[in-house]
Amino acid sequence: MTGAVEIALYAWRESLRRRVFFVVIVLSLAFLALYAVGTTAAFNEVNKFGSNPNDTDPSVVAGSTLLGLAMFATLFLGTVLAVFLTLSAVRGDAERGLLQPLVVRPLGRPSLLAGRFVGAAAVCAVYVGLLYAISLVITLLAGDWTPDHMIAPGLELMAAVVVLAGVSLLGSVFLPTTANGIAVFMVFGAGLVAGLLGQIGDAIPSQTLQNIGSAGAIALPFEALYQEALHALTSDTSGLASFVVKLGPFGGAHHFGPGLVAWVFAYLALLAGAAVWGFHRRDL
Amino acid sequence: MPPALAAHAVEKRYRSTAALRGVDLAVDEGQLVGLLGPNGAGKSTLVKIACGLVRPSGGRAEICGHPAGSLAARARIGYLAELFRFPDWARADEVLELHQKLAGSRGGAAERSELLELVGLADARDRRVEAMSKGMQQRLGLAQALVGNPRLLLLDEPTSALDPVGRRTVRQLLEELRRRGVSVLLNSHLLSEVELVCDRVAIIASGALVAEGRPADLVKPRGVEVETASGKRVIEGAGRDDAPRIVSDLVAAGERVFGVRVLSSTLEDVYLEAVGGETS
Ligand SMILES: Nc1ncnc2c1ncn2[C@@H]1O[C@H](COP(=O)(O)OP(=O)(O)O)[C@@H](O)[C@H]1O
Ligand SMILES: [Mg+2]
Repeated sequence: MTGAVEIALYAWRESLRRRVFFVVIVLSLAFLALYAVGTTAAFNEVNKFGSNPNDTDPSVVAGSTLLGLAMFATLFLGTVLAVFLTLSAVRGDAERGLLQPLVVRPLGRPSLLAGRFVGAAAVCAVYVGLLYAISLVITLLAGDWTPDHMIAPGLELMAAVVVLAGVSLLGSVFLPTTANGIAVFMVFGAGLVAGLLGQIGDAIPSQTLQNIGSAGAIALPFEALYQEALHALTSDTSGLASFVVKLGPFGGAHHFGPGLVAWVFAYLALLAGAAVWGFHRRDL
Repeated sequence: MPPALAAHAVEKRYRSTAALRGVDLAVDEGQLVGLLGPNGAGKSTLVKIACGLVRPSGGRAEICGHPAGSLAARARIGYLAELFRFPDWARADEVLELHQKLAGSRGGAAERSELLELVGLADARDRRVEAMSKGMQQRLGLAQALVGNPRLLLLDEPTSALDPVGRRTVRQLLEELRRRGVSVLLNSHLLSEVELVCDRVAIIASGALVAEGRPADLVKPRGVEVETASGKRVIEGAGRDDAPRIVSDLVAAGERVFGVRVLSSTLEDVYLEAVGGETS
């Protein structure tokens, strides 16, 4: 247990000392600046429409679409960070000779995995939470619009990136560094595609596409969490505005309900079990 | 007291390669054992099994009576891998501090300073790993292996990146460890190094033990060479104790003796004979 804590602290120190952190901060600031400019410009245009006869409040459409975009970018940047912090944790580090001196210490391989996971997950969750909060404030200031739920989408995004850190750590047990990085981004892409198929299925409507979307989102629950987060932005809004939002790419048509939380915990436990099993069998 | 390391019929197969084919080896308390063998003989594999990095396909290994790889076994070893790295961003002192925490050592700053001093890195305690030469990193690796006073030190080619001065430092370090009663298993290519410091030598080739014993017992007498008026010849089977008698017999027989030399095989001869000139 103390071993796991030491490994997590070591992972934090590593992420702070390596240039990764600096690069991520610069990219995040660039994104936030762009988002602030874009959001301000968009709301200025929208406010010129004046009030709408069909009860479609254009600032709801603009606000939730823009914040949806920010959430997509946040998830993407968070995924980049999660992958960076975990992609070589086992096989990559073993091939470079970094892992062996740690593994022979009396701490146990499961503790080492736990430490790496907690270290990476905490950094990514805090990062994603911060980025989401700043995007929310920018949207509020630029358009005087707030989503129906403010806290839940942030927590769901944080959980999504924690799931991705777990997927990447599991991949690192079996795949060398580069292969794992590619694999995790392909999994990430697959999740997004499944989500978009589901949304197209809702719009057409097509039951088959909806099923593909739901199955994909459940098999890759970071996607379900992301959709749930998008859904929460306009979950209490009715009428045409929410319908229009849901047609867009950041609509989050699907609502998975409270079972999702239980499934996410079960999923993380499955990832942990597979990683511990694979690491236990591996010759270093 | 159980031996520091006991390997019983240890086997390891990697898919098609048999890296170890039933090796028995013991390192007794306080002993310094050299493990010699050509590249690919299985030396590193044996050491990795001893520290729990690799799981044997057959047989078993124990550290001070505990199964290799168990927490109790790992709490008693220090290991320096053949190919290892410390994180580029870490300072020498931080590397040792992390290992102190993981090993549960309470030595604190005093232990770290002593270890850096012991490996000749006292001036480099705040230097980052990325700014160290390969030789300095290897010394830091040695200091790391000594963290927490291990009962058994497993060193896999610890001098491969060192210059002659660095090698001598390591030799002195090994002698110091012997004084402290630490058991050591030393993998090395350098026969002379092993001959100088080891109590016992084991030679493995193609995954099997081919010779084992004290260096002095392994090097067999090869006869006595005498130079007389009729030239040089070798009296086979004779040893040092036979030399005076041989000379007096020759003199008594009226021969003039210009030189006498006792021949013995070097560890290198023993090694070459044992591995059959094999290399890879
Ligand atoms: N991870 C591995 N996978 C497959 N073969 C391996 C692996 N590690 C070592 N081997 C093989 O096992 C044999 C022994 O290797 P090793 O123990 O490294 O030898 P040495 O240290 O004596 O040079 C070699 O033939 C080597 O190719
Ligand atoms: Mg080797």
